[in-house]
Amino acid sequence: MEPIVIVTGRAVPLDRTDVDTDQIIPSDWLKRVERTGFGAGLFSEWRDDRDFVLNNPDFVGATILVAGHNFGTGSSREHAVWALTDFGFQAVVSSRFADIFRNNSTKQGLLPVQVSEELDRALLDAVTKDPTLELTIDVARGTIEAPAAGLAGTFPLDEFTRERLLNGWDDIGLSLRHVDKITEFERGRAAFLPSA
Amino acid sequence: MAPRTLTEKIWDAHVVHAAENEPDLLFIDLHLLHEVTSPQAFDGIRLAGRTVRRPDLTVATADHNVPTMDIDKPVADPISAQQLKVLDDNTAEFGITCYPMGHANQGIVHIIGPEQGWTQPGMTIVCGDSHTSTHGAFGAIAFGIGTSEVEHVLATQTLSQVRPKTMSVTVEGDLAPGVTAKDVALAIIGAIGTGGGIGHIIEYRGSAIRSLSMEGRMTLCNMSIEGGARAGLVAPDETTFAYVKDRDRAPEGDDWDAAVAYWRTLPTDDGATFDKEVVLDAASITPHVTWGTNPAQVAPIAGNVPDPEAMADPGDREAAQRALAYMGLEAGTPLREISVDTVFLGSCTNSRIEDFRAAAAVLEGRSVHKGLRALAVPGSHRVKAQAEAEGLDKVFTAAGFEWREPGCSMCLAMNPDKLAVGERCASTSNRNFEGRQGRGGRTHLVSPAVAAATAVAGTFATPEDLR
Repeated sequence: MEPIVIVTGRAVPLDRTDVDTDQIIPSDWLKRVERTGFGAGLFSEWRDDRDFVLNNPDFVGATILVAGHNFGTGSSREHAVWALTDFGFQAVVSSRFADIFRNNSTKQGLLPVQVSEELDRALLDAVTKDPTLELTIDVARGTIEAPAAGLAGTFPLDEFTRERLLNGWDDIGLSLRHVDKITEFERGRAAFLPSA
Repeated sequence: MAPRTLTEKIWDAHVVHAAENEPDLLFIDLHLLHEVTSPQAFDGIRLAGRTVRRPDLTVATADHNVPTMDIDKPVADPISAQQLKVLDDNTAEFGITCYPMGHANQGIVHIIGPEQGWTQPGMTIVCGDSHTSTHGAFGAIAFGIGTSEVEHVLATQTLSQVRPKTMSVTVEGDLAPGVTAKDVALAIIGAIGTGGGIGHIIEYRGSAIRSLSMEGRMTLCNMSIEGGARAGLVAPDETTFAYVKDRDRAPEGDDWDAAVAYWRTLPTDDGATFDKEVVLDAASITPHVTWGTNPAQVAPIAGNVPDPEAMADPGDREAAQRALAYMGLEAGTPLREISVDTVFLGSCTNSRIEDFRAAAAVLEGRSVHKGLRALAVPGSHRVKAQAEAEGLDKVFTAAGFEWREPGCSMCLAMNPDKLAVGERCASTSNRNFEGRQGRGGRTHLVSPAVAAATAVAGTFATPEDLR
């Protein structure tokens, strides 16, 4: 994973609540065995509607998705994250994220920026009004700012994840530092536990 | 030691490494795989020059893509066929047990784990599938993970996880006749919303929960994720032990005694506290049906399609308006007056033997409504064989149902079983998201008993309505 320190860019307003993983990437796309190329499937059913916000040329090239409350509910499919990053998004802003989506995002360097419902609403309105509005997300400080609109706020990130994102560390490599402890744990497991 | 909850006891027993400002490193007792979320994880393992640490604690099966007809022939969709082949190749390369399409042990991953005795109390179980919460019915911590985490478990047999908060959902009292675990699950989600359990593991408690069969508990825990909780569990008891005993992978002899002795220590201690508590009255729960496009958009079948204008929260109002437009429904319509085109009986939520018995009891001597399509898809080959041994398949086919081969099928429409645009389905599955069962399809979640009665009536109905 590449380190992520600051994300600066324009945003797309996706003014819907409860955006589920089946909308982010419909299941037909899950048959692929590759990790790339999912951008074409991002919101593919909604994109068939010409008026859908991702079809608006004003928002082409945006790197931040601002969505309504409760984003990423449903399935564990990491394909949802791959679709967002492949499309060019580096961060998603919402007032609440589903647990598995949030976990998957931080593994792939997609920032889940959880803000208050008030700030989420204000950002949606500001970005809708001005598609050129620039947002800056600072991972180290845990802040999101849109100075031209007078908006600013913070978002939570546990220290471990923050360091991992800032340094681009490999999660598996970090865990394997404790391989001796894993081996020791394995020795103490009960004999009655099932195995092949 | 301070009193602890069931969740805390299992969690504590699996911590390999803990440090301040770090997530816990948790040992995983069982890693279940299927064809959809594992290929990229195996690629990652190969790219990094790593290997699978514990193939003996890893079990794979084909379920999401498999057709439910003509399974003796090659899979027609070349992309599905390729994904199934990749699972076979990857599991063979790393020495992992795999049950491919057509194998006597094959089925939906969350059906085969419990039925073969892989799933036992006190374990940590993960799978690249959000409905892994199903296994919590045994008093195990079981949750869905993404593909990066699948790769992590393959490589290390551990997961780095922030300790979740605990939540109790207590349902006290007796469920009325005809009210099932599915109705309890839908009522809970209706009460807490799709995000009510975020960041928490739910423990389902109370006399109504204890009175559920293992099948019912699996249905309930299965839908924990629809309420936002990654995991949901029920304390192991005599019902649990009786279900596990003598299954293929269950402990035997002295091991069995040692296991049961340990399992008896797991239930939540008196005096332990939860971070969040929700209480429901069992007697107030009636058969439920969803009307919208998320599982919290749900109402008792005796009710009407709600009026978005009457909703106080602007977000809820807009979501309901959009849902009704997608579902082709008018506010105020009695749910019992809505006609259905298709009935789907299946999925990891409701495709166990008890589900087919419940539906068959309704269908016996009756026929599917004229013009309605009805599919019965067992969760596994073992469920199918058991149902056939009991003659249930004949009840289904005599009533006009199609009796199919096992798999995830129309729950998520990755195989040929799909809804057409505008087609309305009463489904025993778990998600009524837009397009979930096929592009433009309209899904209403119900219990097997309501699904069967609806198949006969042609409109949403309970078995009582047919009398």
